[in-house]
Amino acid sequence: MTQTQTQTRALTGAKGVARTRPRTRRAVSPGRVAAWVVLVVALVATVFPFYWMVRTALTPAADLYSDSTGLVPQHPTTINFLRVLGLTSQEEAMAAGGSGAQVDFLRYLLNSVVYSGLIAVLQTLCCAMAGYAFARLRFPGRDAVFGVLIAALMVPPIFTVMPNFVLVKNLDWLNTFAGMVAPSVLMTPFAIFFLRQFFLSIPREVEEAAVLDGVGAWGLFWRVVLPMSRGPLLTIGLTTTVWAWKDYLWPLLTGRDEETRVLTVALGIFQQQSPNTSPDWTGLMAGSTLSVLPVLVLLILLGRRLVESLNFTGVK
Amino acid sequence: MGAHTAVARPPGPARPDPGGAPASGRPRRRRDDRRVAWLFLAPALVGFALFYAYPTVRGVYYSLTDYNLLAAPDFTGAENYRDLVSDEQFWNALKVTGYYVVVNIGSQTVLGLLLATLMHRLTRSVALRAMLLLPWLVPNVTVGLLWLWLLDTNLGFVNHLLNALGMGTTGFFSSPDWAMPSIAAVNTWAYTGYTALLLYAGMLQIPQHLYESASLDGAGEFRMFTRITLPLLRPVLALVLVVSMIGSFQIFDTIAVTTRGGPVGATRVIYYYIYEQAFTYFHMGYASAVAVMLALILGVLTAVQMRLLRASRSDLA
Repeated sequence: MTQTQTQTRALTGAKGVARTRPRTRRAVSPGRVAAWVVLVVALVATVFPFYWMVRTALTPAADLYSDSTGLVPQHPTTINFLRVLGLTSQEEAMAAGGSGAQVDFLRYLLNSVVYSGLIAVLQTLCCAMAGYAFARLRFPGRDAVFGVLIAALMVPPIFTVMPNFVLVKNLDWLNTFAGMVAPSVLMTPFAIFFLRQFFLSIPREVEEAAVLDGVGAWGLFWRVVLPMSRGPLLTIGLTTTVWAWKDYLWPLLTGRDEETRVLTVALGIFQQQSPNTSPDWTGLMAGSTLSVLPVLVLLILLGRRLVESLNFTGVK
Repeated sequence: MGAHTAVARPPGPARPDPGGAPASGRPRRRRDDRRVAWLFLAPALVGFALFYAYPTVRGVYYSLTDYNLLAAPDFTGAENYRDLVSDEQFWNALKVTGYYVVVNIGSQTVLGLLLATLMHRLTRSVALRAMLLLPWLVPNVTVGLLWLWLLDTNLGFVNHLLNALGMGTTGFFSSPDWAMPSIAAVNTWAYTGYTALLLYAGMLQIPQHLYESASLDGAGEFRMFTRITLPLLRPVLALVLVVSMIGSFQIFDTIAVTTRGGPVGATRVIYYYIYEQAFTYFHMGYASAVAVMLALILGVLTAVQMRLLRASRSDLA
């Protein structure tokens, strides 16, 4: 972008007068106004459903029929959050519209954090190690091995889900975090590809200086290369966190039990337990809100990095 | 990807050949890092062998057997594939998936392109982009539940809105005609912002001075879009299209929490069909055969993706 800015500036310098005129004219043109209107409409369409989710979560279940159109609930309440978090007695929860089934979203929230945290940290480290080996180390068959690993991109997840499920089941790892994270923590082709690409772009001189000081490849990687790769590591780590946070099918198959149930699985089960004729919408929306909150925090804290990470992870 | 990628990269030229000859004039020991390389590669290789290579072989083997998870797989040769040819549900699943992909990718790409163009020509706001990204960050399960509520026949906000406009009530998820378009629309909502940001990133690579000079020559915005943006965006657009198609073919979560394949199979997409066969009826062998078919379709798309990737990156690292 810096390059573009310089170019813009050069052009403005050369033809300053000619350039200012179309800009002022464009600022008030009806086309520009219409364009902004479209953007604002898109923004409202993006955000409003989330607003409605929170609004429903704050509505007493008994009011759903009488109070389902106003922008603000008539009798706002936090009971729906309290009951899905397991902070009320069963009687209170049922009185507030619950199905009577045990729900403990605090635990599911924690499980989701453990699940995505484990995967993000371990996968990023393992893939960084592999990516570095492919970028810098010399050993026979390097490019062939790299090609084979990248070919794993061609295998769709559903294809390996069934044999992997059988494997985890035979290992007696169902409903353990070990079984849930095992297929994802050691490698993913895209992360290896991405990090190798990055390591290739680091100037060699930095590492050569360390080698002259007598540091081996292993020490070099941990003490010199990793610390200077914080940006790309964070990018891959973030993308992986989001992916794991959204994951549904695999944890549904391998971690349905209360002890390992993640948010997405819990929401699915919660919905199935609630009667089809009159679903527990207020409870469901409270649970849904809880699955959005951490992501929202992530977006507020790391919005810029997340947005900019799309510039290269789009190939995922 | 162009100048913008440089943000996360340290300055300095890319070294395309890490194993190449050492710089001339500087004597260097010939290195062979064989031993330490295995240390670096061990986790990835174990992961690849256990959770990619072995299951791929197993998956193909299962597709040639009758396997219900309880007894050992019973080899039946090509029987699953013969059954598949005459299985109406399989063909219906393919048809329904194709319908979904066309509607979803079509609307998502057109809307994404529109949003990206507007952002590109109007603003560089990070806050705006972050907000547009929100639906993509949320689990599909949440998205599904949220829209199940918004589109609810009796109490949903959208039906209240349609009622107020005098358009009556629609059972979006319960009508066989509406169910699939509704799910496609829901996922378009979830992924348009993401698509727009990818395309926007591609647009940032287009040299700004092209627009400046076009503007000086009196070209309007529409003309600039068709003559500058579209042609120069083509490689990125093609890549985004293929990548989102691969994702679209694998729709599962949204359907699993909203329609569960119904009504009357109207949304029983291929992924859901595999899931049902494998984990509801425990027809592991048959499900694997269907998965092989899906893998073939996606394999073609992925091959195209890798070609595009190489083409669009040739001037980089």
